[in-house]
Amino acid sequence: MRREAPQRLADYGPLLFPAGMLIVFFVIPFATMIAVSFFQRDPAGFYSTAFVFDNYARFLSLFFGKVLGFSLFLAVTVAICCVVIAVPFTYLLSRARRRTQVLWLVALLSVLSLSEVIIGFAWSTLFSRTAGITNLLVAIGLMSEPVALNPSFGAVLTAMVYQALPYTVLVLYPALVRLDPTLTEAARTLGASPVKSFFTVVVPALRNTIVATLIMVFIFALGSYLLPQILGRPQHWTLSVLITDQAIYQSNMPFASAMAVFLVLVTLGLVALTLIAGRKGEAA
Amino acid sequence: MSGLTLQNVTKEFGSFTAVKNVDLTVPHGTFVCLLGPSGCGKTTLMRMIAGLDLPTAGAINLDGTDITRVPTHKRDLGMVFQSLALFPHLTVGENIAYSLRIRGAGKEDQKKRVDELLSMIHLSGYADRPVAKLSGGQRQRVAIARALAISPKLFLLDEPLSALDAKLREAMQVELRQLQQRLGITTIVVTHDQREAMTMADTVVVMNGGEIRQAAAPVEIYRRPADTFVADFIGMTNLIDFSADSAGRATVLGAVVENLAIPAGLSRGVLSVRPEDVHLTAPGHGAIEARVTFVRDLGGTIETFVEAGDKQIVAVSMPNARPDVSVGQNVGIRLSPDACVVLKS
Repeated sequence: MRREAPQRLADYGPLLFPAGMLIVFFVIPFATMIAVSFFQRDPAGFYSTAFVFDNYARFLSLFFGKVLGFSLFLAVTVAICCVVIAVPFTYLLSRARRRTQVLWLVALLSVLSLSEVIIGFAWSTLFSRTAGITNLLVAIGLMSEPVALNPSFGAVLTAMVYQALPYTVLVLYPALVRLDPTLTEAARTLGASPVKSFFTVVVPALRNTIVATLIMVFIFALGSYLLPQILGRPQHWTLSVLITDQAIYQSNMPFASAMAVFLVLVTLGLVALTLIAGRKGEAA
Repeated sequence: MSGLTLQNVTKEFGSFTAVKNVDLTVPHGTFVCLLGPSGCGKTTLMRMIAGLDLPTAGAINLDGTDITRVPTHKRDLGMVFQSLALFPHLTVGENIAYSLRIRGAGKEDQKKRVDELLSMIHLSGYADRPVAKLSGGQRQRVAIARALAISPKLFLLDEPLSALDAKLREAMQVELRQLQQRLGITTIVVTHDQREAMTMADTVVVMNGGEIRQAAAPVEIYRRPADTFVADFIGMTNLIDFSADSAGRATVLGAVVENLAIPAGLSRGVLSVRPEDVHLTAPGHGAIEARVTFVRDLGGTIETFVEAGDKQIVAVSMPNARPDVSVGQNVGIRLSPDACVVLKS
């Protein structure tokens, strides 16, 4: 393996393609979006070139504050739910027989192939009064009559966790497979019950992986805009929904851009905070 | 009785029998080595004693209590793993205090015990270091201290020294034996290194194919091996076929060995003769006829390889008794009856 720094310009050759792709598909659109966020909206047409802060000023209101707060809260909740479910699940999976592991991983990958729209409508059927899971509960005598479970916060949360869980498992899986199984055995010989050894050895040993996974799911959930619309009430709509609404239905590109830029900044800020907090915890 | 007793312990993995009908008694305070080639079932046997694997059949007793089905964390034992399995997210002190913390000991008690153990393993002042910053030998000691923190009833070590280099390993063997004698703790070590077993153990248990072939004191194992496997596995030996007549007189490679007691009814078998007991003399006079094929002078010892019939025999001598032979020379071998162990073939 090469270790020395690149010497000549030609040594940077392999970087050209990924760099080009990043510039064309990320840097240019993002820069355009930042520029547009300062433009002036033209109610008659689209927008006109300008440099105004109106768009940013507009969401310094209680309404957008609430939406932003709810978006962050929803994303954090989804991330925590996913990690809480996925860590023990993946741990048990990594200790299972090879065949069992392959079957589960294939099943999880097939969930990944479903689009957000399909997931949304599938859950809205499952949560409906006429064909939903409550009919099963009625059949086995746990409920007296079927009810509709959506639109509700629970429905949004369930579908988003369902959507993000395969990613969470797949990100955690390699780390858990690599974890030395004798660590938990050692904990057991030292007097820790299996549950205690999971919390005192597996979780702390995987701290960094778990934090990274939380951040990944958080960002993934923040971008969700279909599921809240399909399964939630308007008060469950996230900032992503409003951005879509402004950009597509209200034709207010400058305002949509400003919200998008703001969302990116807030997200980056939160990730940075988490990383700093993580580093401090490590040093202590 | 106090100590560890295994009765008829068997472990099957599917159709494979890893451990077959093992009976073993380890009296309180003794040091036992499970010795054998890889795949002989010694590690599986230790894992069953620790409760990490459950026996398919049989019973395990510790100090008079049946612990066969008691989960590992309720057995009050200390175990050192081959990989050491130190917790990477904890410091040296936290690693050692783990078993105390799990049992709810107070912070002061934990600290006191950790300091005690650190001074025992000559690592005082290392409590706050991360384990990743330690050398191989130091980690080894920390793993031992962690296993001993609660003063366990049983101290188990699975190939504990295999990761260390040869010199350090020899030093740790002596240290471990001295520590065990000072603490008087019942100790079982799994190893494939016979030097390790001979150095440390009160009793060496030689295993092969999931069965115990012999369990005895180290010197006994060396001088009086129970079968050809043990004779061959422990140290170097010459295994030579013999035949015996109805009067019990043994003939080896065409020569008669006088005064060798052969069990009645045994007409043929194998003699195990240690290389240091093979004495080369002048040919003739009823000695086994042989020809020198190679001489290896290692400085401390001299190994002389001779061929008698089709059989290669090794003789080892000290420099002060250097045999005056050269390659190609015809020599005679005389076997003293005390040096021969009669085994069934």
